[in-house]
Amino acid sequence: MKFIDEFRDPGHARALVRDIGATLERLGATAERPVQIMEVCGGHTHAIFRYALKDLLPASLEFVHGPGCPVCVLPMGRVDDCIAIARQPGVIFTTFGDAMRVPGSAMSLLQARAEGADVRMVYSPLDALAIARANPGREVVFFGLGFETTMPSTALTVLEAERQGVANFSLFCNHITITPTLRALLDTPDLNIDGFIGPGHVAMVIGSEPFDFIARDYGRPVVVSGFEPNDILQSLWMILRQLERGEAAVESQYARLVRPGGNPAALEAIARVFEAREFFEWRGLGSIDASGVRMREAYARFDAERRFAMPNLAVTDPAECQCGEVLKGLIKPSQCRVFGGRCRPETPLGALMVSSEGACAAYYQYARPDAEAAA
Amino acid sequence: MSPPETLPARWQGKTITLAHGAGGRAMRELITELVRPVFENPLLAPLEDQARIDPAVLDGGQLAFTTDSYVVSPLAFAGGDIGRLAVCGTVNDLAVGGARPLYLSCGLILEEGLPLETLFEVLRSMRRAADEASVSIVTGDTKVVGRGSGDQVFINTAGIGAIPPGRATGPAQVRAGDRLVVNGTLGDHGIAVLAARNELALQIPVESDSAPLNGLVEAMFAAAPQLRWLRDATRGGLATIANEFAQEGGFGLLLDELALPVRDPVRGACEILGLDPLYLANEGKLAAIVPAAQCEALLAAMRAHPLGREACAVGEVREASPGRVAVRSRFGGERILDLLLGEQLPRIC
Repeated sequence: MKFIDEFRDPGHARALVRDIGATLERLGATAERPVQIMEVCGGHTHAIFRYALKDLLPASLEFVHGPGCPVCVLPMGRVDDCIAIARQPGVIFTTFGDAMRVPGSAMSLLQARAEGADVRMVYSPLDALAIARANPGREVVFFGLGFETTMPSTALTVLEAERQGVANFSLFCNHITITPTLRALLDTPDLNIDGFIGPGHVAMVIGSEPFDFIARDYGRPVVVSGFEPNDILQSLWMILRQLERGEAAVESQYARLVRPGGNPAALEAIARVFEAREFFEWRGLGSIDASGVRMREAYARFDAERRFAMPNLAVTDPAECQCGEVLKGLIKPSQCRVFGGRCRPETPLGALMVSSEGACAAYYQYARPDAEAAA
Repeated sequence: MSPPETLPARWQGKTITLAHGAGGRAMRELITELVRPVFENPLLAPLEDQARIDPAVLDGGQLAFTTDSYVVSPLAFAGGDIGRLAVCGTVNDLAVGGARPLYLSCGLILEEGLPLETLFEVLRSMRRAADEASVSIVTGDTKVVGRGSGDQVFINTAGIGAIPPGRATGPAQVRAGDRLVVNGTLGDHGIAVLAARNELALQIPVESDSAPLNGLVEAMFAAAPQLRWLRDATRGGLATIANEFAQEGGFGLLLDELALPVRDPVRGACEILGLDPLYLANEGKLAAIVPAAQCEALLAAMRAHPLGREACAVGEVREASPGRVAVRSRFGGERILDLLLGEQLPRIC
């Protein structure tokens, strides 16, 4: 299939793996002292496991799975708020599919639907707006979540609701932004990461320039990458090449989509509708300054947070979870004390087990050792 | 007498009412004037409370008996409808056990307000599928539920068939080195139904693969008498069937990513929506485990049948990793192919 198979070509992959191996040798990396690369985005984590890239690469290279899965890092308290809105009389609550299974403190949206709440899965926020137009007597709320990847479509939907004068549509805004979280991670003293695979679809919107601080202030290479297996392999090779030369710069491997300055139309829509929050809570990481956005005053009438009563309570993560240590590259998912035991995809305790793009869920689904399958 | 082509004039424009399920004259008229003529066959004709079957039809074989219920929204989609599913699904459940399907029952649960035109089309579709499978619908039941208590039509079919002497399939027969084969492309039905729901702004030129597989299965047993184990890959797709094989049989299965047949439009839809075709439903696909030595003969026979033209070997039984299914990626690495937790949900980005 065009535009897919080219990026999954085994011949190209083998050539890249050879070059990666040779560069690692020149760097003196070993299985005991591997080069550690963080893939920031959950989409990359998923692709790494789906194509079993780890099996192709030498043990002297380790992936550290980053915080870039918006479904995983959604705090339980916000899911509780969703359910409180969805249960109010007359409300149609609309959401992306994979957010439906995320557990709140008492239940998920799937369970709330089973108990009678009108929760509907949509493929685009514009579908939610269409539901609002078709049901003028009901309040239709769209559960906006995700990084800058999904922010433009939500912003444009709010602008469209304003243009069409749809009064019964509102947005429950849980959009988050990745760079403050990467900065917080880089400020951790025990961090063990040599370079970053940058999030390609976020960079498609915001550009590659917002990642400059990682190279400039923290001396780590960043390569913004596409999501096909050969994209990821090429990005690894580009990072290793920088390490070999002793450089730290932001490069883009995803030149077919990413511009240094991003997508101006998308950025303008985001800036019109959203502004930074003082802080936002991340599941597994805690509260991080300026890491989320909310709706501007001018769009208050479309803001579900102002229109609906909700508990708005923080729910703390279970103490035995070691998500933070996994995210910093200190331990592998399977080394966490609850992995595969009390924390499984069907009953996730920690953030990283929640969505299929979370590191622990991907690890559990695609690569858990045999003994754990039998358990 | 061939079944009627059009709904009799006096039924046109009418809908199902609670009276059609009340056991009185309305129900009797519905059954004698609408249902019976469509299903027409000698065993059904007397309209007794049961069909009476001569055990000689088993021809010395073992009796196979199965049941399944059918609910789908929308009722019709490219390549099929609920009626076709209700016949093919039960026929296939018999066929993959090595049985030759003989007779089906048809239990209808109708929602008040259902247009009789819709019911008539569903029944005709059942008849066409039954003719394709050479089975008869010989007994049945009709219930009507109030508006809002159902979703237009639910169908239950049970079926009986005869397993000829000497055919024994199941986990005990399977050996390491055996091959896993499928009769064609995966995920067509799942994507066709998704497309028919009109919730996606995607035009996907895919038809459901819904078909009765008993003819194909006969050809398979003729070509490879030592067929080890068969199942139809319906809900949960090939991934689920492969896991059932591995877990119930206590062996490992290794699938080859590059060998798995998926049509381009299905692949494209899955790429866009973040779905995996291995978990999508099929309604005319089976997976079979066969001794390696008979694999080529089996594939040749399958490819000579209209429902097996794209048959291929997709994996191998191994002793390692018992109970587990793995996929060898195009690059040579292996990943686990697990059971899904629940329904497959499209990913956010």
